[in-house]
Amino acid sequence: MAGDKTVETTGLLGWIDRRFPLTSLFKEHMSEYYAPKNFNFWYFFGSLALLVLVIQVVTGIFLVMNYKPDAKLAFDSVEYIMREVPWGWLIRYMHSTGASMFFVVVYLHMLRGLFYGSYRKPRELVWIFGVAIFLCLMAEAFMGYLLPWGQMSYWGAQVIVNLFSAIPFIGPELAIWIRGDYVVSDATLNRFFALHVIAVPLVLIGLVVAHIIALHEVGSNNPDGVEIKEGPKDAKGHPVDGIPFHPYYSVHDIVGVAGFLIVFAAIVFFAPEMGGYFLEFNNFIPADPLKTPPHIAPVWYFTPFYSMLRATTADFTWVLAAGSLLAGIVLFANGKLKGVWRIAIPAVLIIVAVLFRVIDAKFWGVVVMGGSVVLLGFLPWLDSSPVKSIRYRPTWHKYLYAIFIVNFLILGYLGTQPPSPVFNLMSQIGTVIYLAFFFLMPIWGRLGTFKQVPERINFKAH
Amino acid sequence: MNKDTRMSQITTQLDDSGMVDPNQPADPARRTWVGVACAFGGVAGAATAVPFVASFAPSERARAAGAPVEVDLSALQPGQMTTVEWRGKPVWVLRRTEAQLAALPKLDPLLADPNSDRPGYTPAYAKNEYRSRNPEFFVAVGICTHLGCSPTPNLAAGGGPGLPANWQGGFFCPCHGSSFDLAGRVYANVPAPDNLEIPPYEFSADGTRITVGVDENNQA
Repeated sequence: MAGDKTVETTGLLGWIDRRFPLTSLFKEHMSEYYAPKNFNFWYFFGSLALLVLVIQVVTGIFLVMNYKPDAKLAFDSVEYIMREVPWGWLIRYMHSTGASMFFVVVYLHMLRGLFYGSYRKPRELVWIFGVAIFLCLMAEAFMGYLLPWGQMSYWGAQVIVNLFSAIPFIGPELAIWIRGDYVVSDATLNRFFALHVIAVPLVLIGLVVAHIIALHEVGSNNPDGVEIKEGPKDAKGHPVDGIPFHPYYSVHDIVGVAGFLIVFAAIVFFAPEMGGYFLEFNNFIPADPLKTPPHIAPVWYFTPFYSMLRATTADFTWVLAAGSLLAGIVLFANGKLKGVWRIAIPAVLIIVAVLFRVIDAKFWGVVVMGGSVVLLGFLPWLDSSPVKSIRYRPTWHKYLYAIFIVNFLILGYLGTQPPSPVFNLMSQIGTVIYLAFFFLMPIWGRLGTFKQVPERINFKAH
Repeated sequence: MNKDTRMSQITTQLDDSGMVDPNQPADPARRTWVGVACAFGGVAGAATAVPFVASFAPSERARAAGAPVEVDLSALQPGQMTTVEWRGKPVWVLRRTEAQLAALPKLDPLLADPNSDRPGYTPAYAKNEYRSRNPEFFVAVGICTHLGCSPTPNLAAGGGPGLPANWQGGFFCPCHGSSFDLAGRVYANVPAPDNLEIPPYEFSADGTRITVGVDENNQA
């Protein structure tokens, strides 16, 4: 027939392919997407993140069928789901466990990127979409945590929304605008419900699609950080060090999925509260706007950043100011910046150093907390090392990574604890280590003796 | 419709007379109109966002729900505290003892803003050592000026679980460790930048009741 596309497929599939690029999409993203053949354990977490996203969307849809976004009814409707809806407890525990496991998987996925330099050219956009996904995920988790309308929900939201009030001039009005009331109230609950259920998931799914499209455009990195596209190719032009994602990695990932689901089910069935880390005990008390529980802390996945917020006291801004001042002087003195930049950048840094002392520490706490996440997005330009993968970095770089990881975990622990002078000092040191790791990366990243990167990936068939 | 177009529907003749030669430069008049159309379309699109953004602001009902609250002081013994809800926030009314009042001036060196000089949290009638109209009765919004938790009253001096050593008595915020004295004045070098907010309030004529939410500048 005139106007028909010529396609290889026949029958129903042929009929579809003449109207929709089903086969070619499948080939492009699955059966002819060539991924390096040396993927290891760390490469499970991307597909696992996708799995958890599906779990969250499906369980979320079923929770909405019984949940009531009303300050008077919300807490009871969650208990109703738990006690009276058939299998409601399972769906709810899957959703609450899924939230924590999403962060477990995403943190490991990001750590993989850090280890193997997966953010380096040409994968900057893959990484930036990823950081955006992480930010969306934090917003999604935070808004979702308000919905059960327990004490932790309420006071957690009160604290986080008040973060915005720290912004000079517009802050207090902005916080009221976000809450839709002068305190966290029914209006806040309703809008957080709308955002949690519709707006943020739409953005999140869009970003995940963009993340994968960008990845498939440039190709996956691998533990050696060697570009397989630059290596030898077979007769069809496919890299010989790559294998089709389907069936090789699709089957391979099923192993990861099975392992993950064992852990997931074990938590859902035996420890859904995870000792107060996944579901905090105070959240089983209905929200009381007149009384803050004696100890409040965010859920574990926010605590490293929360520690940095708490660490930023008036005294600590001296440290930040000193760091900024020092950076300004060094950048001016070493003369690597050219033209106007040589004056402009150090000048800005010195002004910032002054502002650290002029504006309230409360505002800088918020900046440090938000900045420590956003900073990740700049990693492609902060990392100056000649190699991508940790495998070919000097050994002492590995110790730095180890310190960074341990420090992040300690910050996470401190964020779950009540404030105390010793812990506060520890989180201040931790904050300095976290910031220094990234801000000094342009310097330490190129120091040391790097090992020879092989021409092709290391791979031994089993 | 002119005759030619109708013709083209019933014949197989091709009519390319309307086609623009692709080698010709862009028509500047059309460019201008495309630009104008985009500009107006953009303005209209942005204007459509205004009602949506504005719908996030507190509703009329939320704005109206600010009725004053009356507190009876007659049952309050020295050293006792009561909490009432005003505009969804906890408001504390503490009847301070002589000893507690006498201790306040000694704390000045430890405080960030002992004289309540920073604007916005202290009405003129409370801008004094005791931050109150009547030194005996302390009235404050029980919301930490850091990030909005409600500090816990630990009125007695001396440490306790979770409290800093050498605790002088006051209010301790469990969220981020900010501490306030018994006049709601914030200690130096804690996360909270400001003293606790003093709400508008006034005493009844006989001094046995106060009304929170009303004063000479704020009428119900």
